[in-house]
Amino acid sequence: MVVGSIGLIRLPDFYARLHAAGKPDTLGEILIVLGLILYEPFSFITVKLFFLSFFILVANPTATHAVAMAAYKRGLIPWRKEHR
Amino acid sequence: MDILGLFMIAGIFVAVSIVLDLYRAFSGPTVFDRVMAISVIGTKTAVIIPLIGFLFERPGLFIDISLSYALLNFVGTLVVAKYLERGELWSPYT
Amino acid sequence: MEEGAQVSMRNILIFKFLVLFVFWILLSVWALDHNYPGQFNAIHIAQGLVASAIVVYVLRELILHGEKIHVKLFRAVPYVFWELWQIVLANIDVAYRVLHPKMPIDPLLIEFYVPYRGDMTKTWLANSITLTPGTITILVEGQRFIVHALDKSFADPLLIDQTMQKKLMHVFMEGENDSTS
Repeated sequence: MVVGSIGLIRLPDFYARLHAAGKPDTLGEILIVLGLILYEPFSFITVKLFFLSFFILVANPTATHAVAMAAYKRGLIPWRKEHR
Repeated sequence: MDILGLFMIAGIFVAVSIVLDLYRAFSGPTVFDRVMAISVIGTKTAVIIPLIGFLFERPGLFIDISLSYALLNFVGTLVVAKYLERGELWSPYT
Repeated sequence: MEEGAQVSMRNILIFKFLVLFVFWILLSVWALDHNYPGQFNAIHIAQGLVASAIVVYVLRELILHGEKIHVKLFRAVPYVFWELWQIVLANIDVAYRVLHPKMPIDPLLIEFYVPYRGDMTKTWLANSITLTPGTITILVEGQRFIVHALDKSFADPLLIDQTMQKKLMHVFMEGENDSTS
């Protein structure tokens, strides 16, 4: 079960590019908060933690999209794979 | 390995990831990289604070703080993105 | 098991007000933690009512304004589970690519059109796309979606199969055979 907890309290760990930082971050967050929820006996705190994770779940993609849309409208062209 | 030690390890991992994101915030060739990095750092902070709260055995206080900060970070990122998109936040001609 | 409802504008306002008020109660009133006792007295409840009312009034046009086709089906829950499973799958794929020393990604921009009429449906689709690792919604303009994908294998389910669009079409009752107005 401890190993399961380790797998659950895993964390966001990708830092390659502009887009690759938005999404795994969200999922890593959710996993961490879920791990915290499982730790605490079902009290009022669990509800608050659940709200936190739900909010992050919905808000992070929106923020990512807002930045991406701003970048696109300002002419940022995505990187195509070049041959080295 | 007790749970609290596990939290501390996870917290260290998240802290290391925050430092790596800080690198992205400084280097990041465009300004959008930096905005994204700050947003990500904000979310990670909002997650590391409950971890610390559990380590200090007072989770009730820290979770409120993190919820508020998550909201603040979200709104701030949206505002900056909107400004970058338009060049202004609110046009007096509308 | 299916349930759809046409929601009127006033009901939407009341719903938003209730959501805000519940949030307020959650944060300030009902804190039963022993270190940080919550204050369950009339002043805080009154403050909550006033604050929620002000916010709902000032921002009444911000969310869910004038949604005529706000018809929902209780197939939303199976969709969420399917979505989470897709996220897990795509996460493994992205993780492999990013940690690979040569990083085999080939970013491309897709554009597709979507036969939805309601704003809520488009919002859910955009959020689902962005939440799934490997794709990000870049632009939504009317019925046109521009999506950035890390590789062609992420782009195909959206472009060719269109499973996500069809599932959402079923959730929000936007198909051809169920239409209300």
